[in-house]
Amino acid sequence: MSWDTVIGLEIHVQLATKTKIFSGASTAYGAEPNTQACAIDLAMPGTLPVLNKQAVNYAIMFGLAIDAEIGQVSAFERKNYFYPDLPKGYQTTQLEKPIVGRGNVEIQLADGSSKIVRIHHAHLEEDAGKSLHEGNFNSSFSGIDLNRAGTPLIEIVSEPDMSNAEEAIAFAKKIHSIVTSIGICDGEMSQGSMRFDVNVSVKPSGSDTLGTRTETKNLNSFKFMEEAIKREVARQIDVIEDGGTIAQETRLYNGETKVARSMRSKEEANDYRYFPCPDLLPVVVSDEQVEELRRNLPELPDARQARFVEQYELSEYDAGILSSDAAMANYFETATSACKNPKLAANWTMGELSARLNSQDLSIGNSPVSAEQLAGLIVRIADNSISGKMAKEVFEAIWDGEGSADEIIEARGLKQVSDSGALEQMVVDVLTANQAMVDDYINTDEAKRKKKLGGFMGKIMQASKGQANPQQVNQILAQKLNELL
Amino acid sequence: MHNLTIAELVKVLQSKEFTSVELTQHFLDRIGSLDSAYNAVITVTAEQALKAAAAADQRLAAGNAPDLCGVPILHKDIFCTDGVRTSCGSKMLDNFIPPYNATVVENFEQAGAVVLGKTNMDEFAMGSSNETSFYGPVKNPWATDSVPGGSSGGSAAAVAARLAPGATATDTGGSIRQPAALCGVSGIKPTYGRVSRWGMIAFASSLDQGGPMARTAEDCALLLNCMASYDDKDSTCIDREVPDYTATLNSSVKGLRIGVPKEYFSEGLHPGTEKAVRSALADLEAQGAELVEISLPNSALSVPAYYVIAPAEASANLSCFDGSRYGYRCEDPADLQDMYCRSRAEGFGEEVQRRILIGTYCLSAGYYDAYYGKAQQVRQLIQQDFVSAFENVDLIMGPTCPSPAFKAGSKGDDPVAMYLEDIYTIATNLAGLPGMSIPCGMVEDKPVGLQIIGNYFDEARILNAAHQYQQTSDWHTQAPEGIA
Repeated sequence: MSWDTVIGLEIHVQLATKTKIFSGASTAYGAEPNTQACAIDLAMPGTLPVLNKQAVNYAIMFGLAIDAEIGQVSAFERKNYFYPDLPKGYQTTQLEKPIVGRGNVEIQLADGSSKIVRIHHAHLEEDAGKSLHEGNFNSSFSGIDLNRAGTPLIEIVSEPDMSNAEEAIAFAKKIHSIVTSIGICDGEMSQGSMRFDVNVSVKPSGSDTLGTRTETKNLNSFKFMEEAIKREVARQIDVIEDGGTIAQETRLYNGETKVARSMRSKEEANDYRYFPCPDLLPVVVSDEQVEELRRNLPELPDARQARFVEQYELSEYDAGILSSDAAMANYFETATSACKNPKLAANWTMGELSARLNSQDLSIGNSPVSAEQLAGLIVRIADNSISGKMAKEVFEAIWDGEGSADEIIEARGLKQVSDSGALEQMVVDVLTANQAMVDDYINTDEAKRKKKLGGFMGKIMQASKGQANPQQVNQILAQKLNELL
Repeated sequence: MHNLTIAELVKVLQSKEFTSVELTQHFLDRIGSLDSAYNAVITVTAEQALKAAAAADQRLAAGNAPDLCGVPILHKDIFCTDGVRTSCGSKMLDNFIPPYNATVVENFEQAGAVVLGKTNMDEFAMGSSNETSFYGPVKNPWATDSVPGGSSGGSAAAVAARLAPGATATDTGGSIRQPAALCGVSGIKPTYGRVSRWGMIAFASSLDQGGPMARTAEDCALLLNCMASYDDKDSTCIDREVPDYTATLNSSVKGLRIGVPKEYFSEGLHPGTEKAVRSALADLEAQGAELVEISLPNSALSVPAYYVIAPAEASANLSCFDGSRYGYRCEDPADLQDMYCRSRAEGFGEEVQRRILIGTYCLSAGYYDAYYGKAQQVRQLIQQDFVSAFENVDLIMGPTCPSPAFKAGSKGDDPVAMYLEDIYTIATNLAGLPGMSIPCGMVEDKPVGLQIIGNYFDEARILNAAHQYQQTSDWHTQAPEGIA
């Protein structure tokens, strides 16, 4: 029997506001625990929330980016449950009247096709704090860090329009690309700036009836999300094929241990007792406000891709990769404008730089090699000052903080010798010193002579300590050997 | 000294007839010697008060001091006071010392008023008799076997017993007006959004409103001038200029149209109360006001709607008291669940727990529409009743509560009887309108309150009518036996 998979996503996106959604405390990541939680975040008695207008604007910008309806009047509700990292005992969120209504997101798939994923809505809410169950705490205590409590989020809820992990990942990456492109989220997945809840169900191929779904919560990387979906699909099919039924439940997937487990069943689910938050007025969005935000909306990833093809003559594929991540696109453009060589800038950004960043789990925003430094390197490659091999060495040195490309080339004496007089002398010296090889070359059939060139090249490069311009040496060598024939 | 009104104290302080330190010491002495009989004050802040009084005297000496500079007051223990325990009448917050001031507290501090201490109240402002306080019941100075009303019973009793010339209070369903009526003092609940709720511990956020209590309408006007302000820390506070409420006190009531709702004079109203209220209305008519019988047809629905909405909001507002960050935590919790359950079961009193349970129930899946949803619809109807009424009248008047102060302990076992105590006051909270209670007679040697309800932001008109009534009556000047 074959099965269809149905996937819907809920994506929590931390908004890049300086302060929290209902207080003036900083949202900066990585501070000492509980140093960025004010009386409001701690839910001290008598404190009251005041809505951060920038968070509202960011939510509207997201709505505009996905061509969604913007709620002219949206409202906040209280979602009630007890947990130590939720100081008020309720989360202030939106239920009945979210700020962003229905919209659409187009995703591109590996086979070149594209697909529309519908957005059901996106709403504003506050993040909770963090419970720390390990580290300095013994088994009977947990630590609570409320720095994150009150960080503004939009929760983006998709329709169940995805039918495999590839589509789900493409969708998640597209959302990442959109929110970073319009600058409403820093996109730092490792810091929890985007978290995914994945709803998965399976049904017999072609069936109109949806199967029972499970929700796997709080995935914070595309890789974990892909694994979690594939495992969950396989698990559900196994259960059903073994004659069992799928329980509606919330699940957790541990990306480190690759273990998925049930967190709570439908029966154990909370009754959140939502009701309108009486401390906050409805959010009224004017047409002028929306138009102002629309006018100033930064370039979206699809438009940027098209522009990269047009302006920099990149391939659709390269332009697509570069524009999928706003930070990468900005890096590429900064490098290009400094080195005037889009092709090399694209290759180096997507190639060497991305590989190194990935291997060290760094985002491009934290790259040790700045776009200006990379441009400096590219300029020296393009003007033949250094060879491709030297370029890699210089790149490593820039990465290690040794300075600019020119400084490193100078310090290490890596400058390629392109002076034809000096090169000619070098070739002549090597030929003179290796008469046996020259004789061998002359006596070899014309058809096979070409293979012998490598031996001379090696000797010459060795003699020049790798600094001879290989293209020029090749030319001069061929000419000199020809003269001997 | 203690029989002077705030208006009179302002004059003697500004003319330096006596100092704020003298005045403050006098009231501190009164609290020390008399309050054991009433239990109106939970915390006395003598040291801070005398320091503030000395500072006020310096400001007064320098000239140009604000009206309230050097005037001693008491704050209801629901307003957070920086560095001073703010208990909200609960064991839950018996150990809670806020590191910030409520905006109301801040406003009085800026004006140079002297805070004598914090007044007793029903726990988390839930009650109409001041019997639910963790710090014990408050006694009515007019009859110590009777209740002072609630939840601002401590503030009302303190003003009645001349322990302070004025006090702050809050009103969610009648908690300023009902105790003011039962203790024979004046108290006004302003329009919702007129006084900042920042630092005022929430009971039911959409209904809570702070306001002043004093012996006269004029004093209430002076206090409200300071208490009312726009505050960007409270999103429901309304950005609207605060008028000088004393400026219009002396306007004539000639031609004032007073609506008298027939629903406020129906079954359940004590005949003595009715007589006193009708007599007060006649006095105003004699001054040239016009009495117009009106109807507020949905009045009967106000108590049931209120006892869905207020507990629903309270059930969430009180979730922050979980034993983890401040306030009471049970001994040796076995685990998280145990800590939550026992901290809340041991830290909250019976009435608070009852309302949390009612509110939780009303918001539960399957009940929300029938209770909370319906109650919100009723709230709209009640508001509409008032909007229609105010098309034809300037003010609405009637009794503040159905009968004079009842005996302590007499309604403790019957929550519904207790809830009906607020039958005439709750509707104004649901509508967000301003309302006031002033003394208008005595029944069984206990005070009776006249309630005056105004249109939105019409506090000045309410205070004007109250002041004019007090120019021709002396109920507000009477003192309980042994007080004056």
